[in-house]
Amino acid sequence: MKSLSLTNRILLLLAVLTLIPAYFTPLWQISLWAPQYPEGLNMKIWIDQLSGNVDQINGVNHYIGMKHIGVEMFPEFTYLKYVIGAMIGLGLIFFLVGKRWSIYSFLGLLSAFGIAILVDMYLWGYEYGHELDPKAAIKVEGMSYQPPLIGYKQLLNFLAYSGPDTGSWILIGGMGLLVLAVYLDWKGK
Amino acid sequence: MKTNKWLLAAGLIAAAIAPGCKPKGAQSAITGDAAAKVYVAPGQHDEFYNIVSGGFNGQMSVVGLPSGRVLKILPVFSVHPENGWGYSEQSKPMLNTSLGFVPWDDLHHIAISTTNAEHDARWAFGNANNTPRIARVDLNSFKTVEIIEIPNSAGNHSSPFITQNTEYVVAGTRFSVPVGDNQDVSIDSYKENFKGYISFIGVNQETGEMNLSFQIEAPPFNFDLARAGKNKSHGWFFFSTYNTEMAHTLLEVNASQKDKDFIMAVNWKKAEEYVKAGKGTKKKARYAHNKWNEETHSATSTMMEEVLTLDPTVLKDIVYFIPCPKSPHGTDTDPTGEYIIGSGKLAAIIPVFSFTKMLAAIEKKDFEGDIQGMPVLKYESVLHGEVQKPGLGPLHTEFDGKGNAYTSMFVSSEIVKWNIETLEVLDRAPTYYSVGHLSIPGGPTGKPHGKYLVAYNKITKDRYLPTGPELAHSAQLYDISGDKMQLLLDFPTIGEPHYAEAFPASLIKDRQVKFYPIEKNHSPYALKGINDARVERKGNQVHVYMTSIRSNFRPDNIEGVQVGDEVYFHVTNLEQDWDVPHGFAIKGANTAELLIMPGETSTLKWIPDRVGVFPFYCTDFCSALHQEMQGYLRVSPKGSNVSLKYSTGDSE
Repeated sequence: MKSLSLTNRILLLLAVLTLIPAYFTPLWQISLWAPQYPEGLNMKIWIDQLSGNVDQINGVNHYIGMKHIGVEMFPEFTYLKYVIGAMIGLGLIFFLVGKRWSIYSFLGLLSAFGIAILVDMYLWGYEYGHELDPKAAIKVEGMSYQPPLIGYKQLLNFLAYSGPDTGSWILIGGMGLLVLAVYLDWKGK
Repeated sequence: MKTNKWLLAAGLIAAAIAPGCKPKGAQSAITGDAAAKVYVAPGQHDEFYNIVSGGFNGQMSVVGLPSGRVLKILPVFSVHPENGWGYSEQSKPMLNTSLGFVPWDDLHHIAISTTNAEHDARWAFGNANNTPRIARVDLNSFKTVEIIEIPNSAGNHSSPFITQNTEYVVAGTRFSVPVGDNQDVSIDSYKENFKGYISFIGVNQETGEMNLSFQIEAPPFNFDLARAGKNKSHGWFFFSTYNTEMAHTLLEVNASQKDKDFIMAVNWKKAEEYVKAGKGTKKKARYAHNKWNEETHSATSTMMEEVLTLDPTVLKDIVYFIPCPKSPHGTDTDPTGEYIIGSGKLAAIIPVFSFTKMLAAIEKKDFEGDIQGMPVLKYESVLHGEVQKPGLGPLHTEFDGKGNAYTSMFVSSEIVKWNIETLEVLDRAPTYYSVGHLSIPGGPTGKPHGKYLVAYNKITKDRYLPTGPELAHSAQLYDISGDKMQLLLDFPTIGEPHYAEAFPASLIKDRQVKFYPIEKNHSPYALKGINDARVERKGNQVHVYMTSIRSNFRPDNIEGVQVGDEVYFHVTNLEQDWDVPHGFAIKGANTAELLIMPGETSTLKWIPDRVGVFPFYCTDFCSALHQEMQGYLRVSPKGSNVSLKYSTGDSE
């Protein structure tokens, strides 16, 4: 297979580097607004922790019998940093190999990672939204409280939002660079 | 017959035109755009905080300007059952004095802290008139955090006025009184045995903590009001005096005899030097110093034993007297610090004194006499000029920072605007009725915001819907941004306001305490989580360590308490969010409720005197399930064998 052009090698390296901010910036955010919370409640999900109004959100959630949200609940927080580390390692190997398949492989890897994360979040959201304490104070017939995967959703008096945060946006930018690289590669063929 | 007809006709004509002869009412004083100028739309904030003394309610109220809306009643010297101030075990020491627990006082004046003669609005100071004290309120939490008693004082009216960097808060005594070991004296030995003490209370620049630095032993006059010099007159303090006749009965007549009383000028920088040089004398005096701790959420009261006094008859060049006509009430210094305005409440003119001339007169020893060795300056040598025909009964003066002064006229019930340099009267606006203090945002500082003026009135009469014999005191808001004052708003107030100060909301609104971090709660009774909730017996004391969080108390079923036990409910509000207080009250307790802020711990003491099951509940509508936030406590007879137990939610 042919070697990568210099431009595409640089693009690949940059894409690999966009994984690094994941260690220092929040990756995902969930926000809630209600008439009583005009300023909103905001929870940020990092590589190995939660921050923001987690306690307040738990306080609100206890009325509907939702499980307590805490770092200890999510095994992902213990291994996500290694997964991303491994991806950076693989990305660097692809960069050093410098073949055309490198960019396709890394784009595939990032896409698979993104899909896995979304599936994982959906499953957690489903579990939190459906497995409610049968003795909860507020029970609404037929109501579940699964947060939106991405975007907005009204849940009783709360409008919930879920979406990427800084780290993920940077990563999405990295994927954009790879798409550009693939386009250049395809055009230059 | 003919004469009678003419008389009848004249009478009818008189009756017909009589209503037309009534003077024009207030309605005509309002112009078209007044409502728009005071309208603060829903969701918008007022531009200024106005901290208003509560007078005989012993509290402060927090009012927004220009809307005139009351935002909070802030308890200071009076108990406040609404939030447990003076009832909770933690707050009781705040109202302790050398005479024991005092549940009430009369708060007249506000001083907002300044740096370089400009509001920094870190603290608000207030005076207790009746049992002399000064309080400090933290404007980040709107809570009274310190109260210091003033010994050798009675009627703490000339207080609390502050120096331009809040170095000192002063407290001049209205009543001169006998002090020390010599207190059982005949009242008519006033001139020999009575003293008029002026106290200088130092303020720690970092923490705000007060400390009675020194007292000046002044003649037995009545000290009425005061203002610090600022900018060029920084280092001096000016106290108005009346009853320089030194009468002790029927002061209405006997203290109004002299043509001139005095403004007492105090060189406090010099006094400070004398203190440093060890020229003061330590004297025995008992007074309480009460401090609130925002981390233990409780107060301590310490009894102090002595005070440092300075004798100005021996220590020369601290005290000078400026003659001022007719029992001056307010003494006010303009933003530059050059002019000192004395408001002789019975005088036909307003004298304006010059600080520069005062220094020159002192330099030249231009004295007309002395009082116990303290020089009396010549009136004409210190005078800048007199405002002619200003109105009747001048009381107080504030400034707009554009060279104008505004004086309240009690008797002629008006605000009079005049030019400080030219002394020319520029405008008058009626007040409703009999204005006492007036307040311009930043008005007493070196940097007034000359946009609004509030008149705080002593008489209300017909201004609002009547409420029986006792009426709300009225206030009026004027726009003073133009040449002519414009009446904008008339609003009722809380208590009996005297002085008020206003400052831009932007100074403090973004630094407000929203809740107390639970990890910083160092109360010995604090609980850090629901698992710590418990009940312990110690002899006849039962300590209930209780948590409150939406929407339950833990524990909420308690048994094993006996008649005559001292029950202490130590309630910790575990919430960590803004605007989620919880309350606590138990049936029949001879005390007030607790209102506990998020992250705070507060204690209610209760001695049950009968057998029964006593319900308790949350008194602040906290949440959707607030009505479910309740519990029971069983009281058994003394010596009962019902064992102590407690639980939450495990019966079903």
